[in-house]
Amino acid sequence: MRTDLDVIAGMVGAESRVLDLGCADGELLLHLAKARGCRGVGVDRDPDQVVAAIGRGVSVVELDIDTQLSEFSDNSFDVVVLSQTLQATRRPDRTVTEMMRIAPTGIVSVPNFGWWRHRLQLGVGGRMPVSKSLPNPWYSTPNIHLATLGDMDLLFAAAGVAVRRRVLLSPDGSPSTVRFGSNLLASGATYLIERG
Amino acid sequence: MSIGSSVGTTQTHVVELFTPDNPLRLSGGAELAQVEVAYETYGELNHDASNAIFVCHALTGDAHAAGFHEGSTKPGWWDNIIGPGRPLDTDRWFVICPNLLGGCRGTTGPSSINPATGRAYGMEFPLLQISDFVTVHRALLDHLGIEKLYAGIGGSMGGMQVLQWAVETPEQLDRALVIAASSRLTAQNIAFSAVARQAIMRDPGFAGGRYLDDEIDVEGPRSGLAIARMMAHITYLSEQGLAEKFGRRFQHEQSQGGFGVDFAVESYLDHQGSVFLDRFDALSYLYLTRVMDYFDPFADPEAVARIAAAGVQCLVMSFDTDWRFNTEHSRRIVRQLVDGGVPTSFREIASPWGHDSFLLELDDYHRTVAAFLGAP
Repeated sequence: MRTDLDVIAGMVGAESRVLDLGCADGELLLHLAKARGCRGVGVDRDPDQVVAAIGRGVSVVELDIDTQLSEFSDNSFDVVVLSQTLQATRRPDRTVTEMMRIAPTGIVSVPNFGWWRHRLQLGVGGRMPVSKSLPNPWYSTPNIHLATLGDMDLLFAAAGVAVRRRVLLSPDGSPSTVRFGSNLLASGATYLIERG
Repeated sequence: MSIGSSVGTTQTHVVELFTPDNPLRLSGGAELAQVEVAYETYGELNHDASNAIFVCHALTGDAHAAGFHEGSTKPGWWDNIIGPGRPLDTDRWFVICPNLLGGCRGTTGPSSINPATGRAYGMEFPLLQISDFVTVHRALLDHLGIEKLYAGIGGSMGGMQVLQWAVETPEQLDRALVIAASSRLTAQNIAFSAVARQAIMRDPGFAGGRYLDDEIDVEGPRSGLAIARMMAHITYLSEQGLAEKFGRRFQHEQSQGGFGVDFAVESYLDHQGSVFLDRFDALSYLYLTRVMDYFDPFADPEAVARIAAAGVQCLVMSFDTDWRFNTEHSRRIVRQLVDGGVPTSFREIASPWGHDSFLLELDDYHRTVAAFLGAP
C-alpha cells in the first residue's frame, strides 16, 4: 500500500465506518476492511477509478466533492478521509466543514507548499514547484489551493476544527523524523481533526 | 459494437406456480387461485445453485430477454447484456427472466381467463403491488430449486422489483443492481401515467375493461393504447436524443403539410404506437403502471436496516439525460442505503438516450455492471 495511506490507516479506529473522499481505486478502503474490519464508502469522480474500485469490491459513490457532499447525512460516518485532495477542492474551508458535519472525526493529508525544495524552486528558480507530492506543472495540475503547513493551521482555526494529531511526512509519504521547522522541513502532513 | 456472443436459440417455458390448493395471496388481501408464469433461462445452474442472476423486466418487457426464438431474427429485449462474454456472462451465471404477474406475455394477468367465471378477468383482476411481483419471483426460484441469488438486476420498474426484493427478503440476494429506477414516483411521473391510463379508459373500445369478452363486439382500446405508448415513448427519450435521431427531418423528401404524419418523429411515434398493439394488452398497461404509482419501499422504517443486516451489495445507476426517472430518483435511493450502512455504489452514466439508455449497449454502463458482478 502507498506509504501515505499507511499513516492514515493508523489513525482509523477498528471497525469504523469510513467515508474516503477521493478514494481512487479503493486501495485504502480495501486495506481498512481487511486489516481493521472497517466498512466504508469511497467517493470519486474519475470513471475509470470508480469502475476499478467497484471491480475490487469497494463501494463507491460517484459524485463531485465540491458540490455534492450534501448527499451524505449528518453523522452518517465515524471518519471522513481526505487524502491528497483538499488542495484540489474549490473551497477547502467548506470541504472541511462538510467533513465535520458528516463525521465527528476527519483525516486530512496535504502536500506542504512551504517545504524547502518547493521554496527553492519558486524563490530561487522563479518557477512554480514540481515535485513528488506536486507532480504536475502549474497549467495541468488539479491543485488549485496550494498551502503551507502554517496555512493549514489558519484553515482549521477558521473552520473551527481541533487538530487532535499531526504526522509530518517525508517526500516518500512515510512519517518524517523532523523535530522542528516543520513548515520548512516536512514535505507534507496528515492531520487527525475533530469538531472544535 | 457488440462484445461477447448471443446465447443462441432460446424458448419460453410456462409453469403453474399457484393453484386453488396453493393460491397466491396478494399484499392487498385478494387471492389468485391460479397463476402461470412464463420464463426463460440462459446458462447453466451450478451444482450448489449459487450462480443465479434474476432479471426483472420493466413495464412492457417480457420473459424473452436474450437470444432468438426459433425462426425469429429479433433478439430478446436485453440481448446486448446477456450471453457468453457479456456483462451477464452465461458462461459463468445462470440467468432467469420471467414475465411479470399482471403482464400479458404468458404470465397470468388481467387479460387471462378467470377460472371462476370462464371469461377474462378484465377490471375484476385484483390491484397489484411491486411486492406481489416479488412474491411470484420467489415462487419461481423455489420451483427452480434456488435459495439464494448471486444477483438481482433490473432497469426502471425492474429496478423497483429488485429494491423491493432487497427490502423483503434481503438474505436471498447477494447483490442488487437497481438501474434507472425510483423508490417513489414524483407528481410528474404519476401525471404521465394518469394521462396514459385515461387515453385507454376513455377509448370507447375499452368497454369498461370487458373488450375481451365474446359477447362484447369491440376491437379493444386500440387508439387509446397507441396514444399511451406514443406519449410514454417521448418520456423514454431525451430532447437531445430525439433531436439527434430525427431533428426536424421530414418523413418524405418534401413536406406534405396538413395534419398527417409529416415529420420523421411523427412517423416514429406512429410506428411505436402501432407495433405496441400487437404485443401488449391495455389492461396490463393499466394495472402495471398503477403499481408504480404507489411504490414507496422506504416508507417502512425498518427497510434499510434489514438490507444492511443481510449485507446486500447494491449498485444504483442513472443516466444523465433520463427525465422519466432522473438521477435525483437514484440519488434518493443511494441516500437511504448509504445512510443506513448498506454497501452501495452509485454511478450516473453519460448518455444522450434518456430513460431508454438502460436497454442500450453503452460501454461505460456495461463495464460498470460487469465490474460489480465480477467483484470478489
